[in-house]
Parts: sequence; C-alpha cells; structure tokens
Amino acid sequence: MFKDITLGQFYPADSVIHRLDPRVKLLGTVVYIASLFIGKTFFTFIPISVFLVMVIILSKVPVSFILRGIKPIIPLLIISAAFNLILTPGDSVIVRFWIITINWEGVFMAIFIILRLLYLVAGTSLLTLTTTPTRLTDGMEKGLRFLTPLKVPVHEIAMMMSIALRFIPILTEEADKIKKAQLARGADFESGNLMKRVRAMIPLLVPLFVSAFRRAGDLAMAMEARCYNGAEGRTKMKPLFYAGRDFIAYGVIFGYLAVVIVMRVFGL
Amino acid sequence: MELRTEKLTYEYDPGTSYAKKAIEDVDLVIRENEFIGLIGHTGSGKSTLIQHLNGLLKATSGRVLWNGKDIFGDGFDRKEFRGHVGLVFQYPEYQLFETDVLKDVCFGPKNLGLSEAEATARAKEALSLAGIDEKLYKASPFELSGGQKRRVAIAGVLAMKPDILILDEPTAGLDPKGRDEILDSISLIRSETKKTVILVSHSMDDVAQYVNRVIVINKGHIEFDGEPREIFSHIEELEEMGLSAPAISYILRDLKEAGFPIEGNALTVEEARDMILGIFRRGHV
Repeated sequence: MFKDITLGQFYPADSVIHRLDPRVKLLGTVVYIASLFIGKTFFTFIPISVFLVMVIILSKVPVSFILRGIKPIIPLLIISAAFNLILTPGDSVIVRFWIITINWEGVFMAIFIILRLLYLVAGTSLLTLTTTPTRLTDGMEKGLRFLTPLKVPVHEIAMMMSIALRFIPILTEEADKIKKAQLARGADFESGNLMKRVRAMIPLLVPLFVSAFRRAGDLAMAMEARCYNGAEGRTKMKPLFYAGRDFIAYGVIFGYLAVVIVMRVFGL
Repeated sequence: MELRTEKLTYEYDPGTSYAKKAIEDVDLVIRENEFIGLIGHTGSGKSTLIQHLNGLLKATSGRVLWNGKDIFGDGFDRKEFRGHVGLVFQYPEYQLFETDVLKDVCFGPKNLGLSEAEATARAKEALSLAGIDEKLYKASPFELSGGQKRRVAIAGVLAMKPDILILDEPTAGLDPKGRDEILDSISLIRSETKKTVILVSHSMDDVAQYVNRVIVINKGHIEFDGEPREIFSHIEELEEMGLSAPAISYILRDLKEAGFPIEGNALTVEEARDMILGIFRRGHV
C-alpha cells in the first residue's frame, strides 16, 4: 500500500548531468520551462527537442524512467486536449453537431497543448532523476541566497524541504507498521463503500499524526541540543563550487534561450 | 487448537539483487496452554516469523495451518482468524487512536462483529487483567504514562479473546519497574485465562523465569526448541548467536569451574540461591 510512494525519484548514474552543479540544473529547468511557453509554433519544438534529447543522452537515464513520469498525467492530457479541441474559437470548421463545433484551430491547439505538457513533464523529471534531494535543496539555498536581503528565509525553507524529504521514508515505514498493528486488531481497510473506507483510515491516520508530531519535537530538541540556530554563520560540509563544465552548461542554456527567443521574434 | 507451520520460508524482494531470506524452512507446532519464549538476535527473523502466525505476511513458500486448515487457502476467513491469534507489536502504544481508553480497547472486539455491550464487557475484562484502573477508562490514551499506554494496547488485543497471544518485545524501552509490571501482567493473564502466550524477546532474563518452552531462532532458522533449563545450558552456542543465557547461569558456571559441586542449571535467582546454600548445608565448603 505504501511501498510505491516515491518522491524525487533519483536514478543513480555517473554522468555529466549528474555531476553538474544543482544551481545550473535548477536554472536550466526554469529556462527550459520558459522556452516551452515562449514558443508559439510547431517549429520551436525543433530546438526544444534537440535540447531535451541531448540532455537525456548525456544523463544516461533510461528513457523508460522518463516515460514512467508521464503515466500519471495522462488523464490531465486528455482533459486539457478535449477542452482545447472544442473551446478554441476559429472559422475553419471541420464538424459541427449539437452545440459542439470542432475547427482546425482547435485541433492545432489540442496537439500543441499535449506536446507542451509532455515536454514539460519529461524535462522537469530529469531534474529529480539526476539530482539527489540533498543536492537539490543545497542548490536552492545557495541559488536563492540573493533573496535573503528581502527577508525571505531561504535557509529555513531549504532546511524544511530537506527534513520533509528525509521523513518520507520514515513515515512510510511507520504507516506500514501501524497498518499491520490495526489489521491484527481486526481492522479492515479494503472492503466497504467509500465512506466506510474513509472512516477505516482514522485508526491509521491518528497514530501517524501523533507520531509525526512526536518525531518533529524530538528532532527539534536534538537540533537545539547541537546548537542549531539557523543560517547565520553556518558552514557546509560539502560546499557547492562551480567547475568548468558548469560554465559551459550555462553557455549552452543561454544559447538555447537565445535561439528560442529569436525564433519567437521572427514568428517561426 | 493447534497452530502449525510447515517449511515456512519468507524472502524479501525475491528475484532482485536485494533478495534476502528472512526465515527458512521453519517447522513449528504451537498447542494449547503453552508459555513460549521466542528468542533471537536483532535481525534473526523473529518478527517476520510472528507476522506469519496471524497471516499478516504471506510466506514465499510453505504453509501455516490453523487446526489443519491452510490460512491462505480458499474460503479461509483471515479476519476471524486474527481474533484467534492476537499479535501485539513492538511499541504497541503507537497504535492507540481513540478518544478514550475504553473505546480504544473496544476497537478489536467491534471489528469481530460484537455488539456495543459485548465489546464493552470484554474491554473492561481485558483492561482489568492488564492492570488498568477503572478511573482511567474515560481518560485519553495519549495522557497516560508509557507503561500504562502499553498495557492499554495489550488489553486492546486481549479483548479479542485470542487463543494464542503473541507479544513482540513487550518490555522494550521500559524502565525496570515498568518491565516487571508488564511481565507480571502477562504472567497473570496467562494464569487467569490459560491462553497460549508467545513472548518474543532478546532478553533471556525476561524469559527464563516465566516460560515453559523456549524457541531460539538464528539467521532465519530454528536452532533450539525445548525446555528452558535444557536450552540455557548451551551457553557457548547461544553466545555465538549473539545471545546470552540468564545472568545467573554465568555465576553458576563460574562456581562450577572453580570446583564447587553444582549440578544442573538454575533459571531464577531464588533457585540459584537454594543451590548455593545447599552446598553449604551439605558441608562441602
């Protein structure tokens, strides 16, 4: 029941993409997402595809792993394609029945939206597939440090994120234990209608919440006992440093952004 | 009543490189009115084994038979079966969830389909056996002390009136006083109800003075199964498995090695005292 919960599913491999500084990958992901929305024609998918395929090949992540991320969004794809198909205004009508009209503009928009979403998921999942959660939060903390003067608690947010990620497997295991303990007391999680099943979750959720609070309290105490007091004056065991490949990657990312913008300006 | 396992084997993550046999070819027979200590080192497979005994885990191969019927056979009612074999997990206090103690203990019997009145009657009976004062029935389970919570949780399983009560490390994390109280409650439950009790532990001292049968499990295999006195004489083998005999056995062994005429083994401090005094009385020293 809880075995399948994964978040930030990391694929361990030794590749240039894995070794890139997480800040580069974060910026790259932001640029990539922006590029998907800058493009207005099918032609822009040429540079986008080249960029994506290049990164996938370099990352050594099997394509099946990337496709796995697409599966859960299939319903979303279908719904948004359907809406675009029938709700896009246009003159070149193909069929008309009852109150529904389908025109070429709608077909174009539906295909376009599907492509956009597919590329979006494929590209962003590469970030979590090639970066460990720790590196990711480190990168966020350092990359967003410029927000600190604006009173944004960057370090605290990054710390909360890494603790949350760290606790997922612990709470998963805990939930499994509690489930078994309640099954031993004759609990039934699988039969009955929706209401009955929701009610059956109470013996599982209450102890799980209680234990999450207990663990949070213990952790806070343990951190304070070791004099944790936030970001000020704190050093890293593995500080992030840019290497040559990171500057090359920045060059590629900005070059790619330039290409997409130029294509948009010339209406391609 | 008879619970039997036949060639029980359980493998984690079969077919992958992480595959690991937690238990292998376990044959056991558990009958009426036994008091069993199941002993093994951390990771020996004892928790995996007991989860098979009430059908929470399904064996990779082998069977568990309840009165001769396969518990994973067609038409076997496992929910009802879990009422016969009650399992109290480690740190059972973390399973409490109701608004008051009495309601929490009623959860099990109600799941068995009993009426409100019957469930309450059973819950009260179980709570008094577990040594919980009537004043606490309406208290929130989260306000109780650690030892009290644990006894409420044990009562929660006891209220289902199982024929076999399995307790996984019931004394883990308790201070000596809490430990003695729990073990005395278990002993009382056992003498009052004549249920078969399986006490899972890694502490020989806990087990030695109560049980009448000891099962030692190591690396997923049953190594010893028999009388406590017999088993605790294998001090060397037990130590090789990362276990130990009750502390008193070591004193007797040292005395024996020092040339005192000590016969057999003692399970409790009282027995040992009588043995040693006996030597003096007989005038050997």
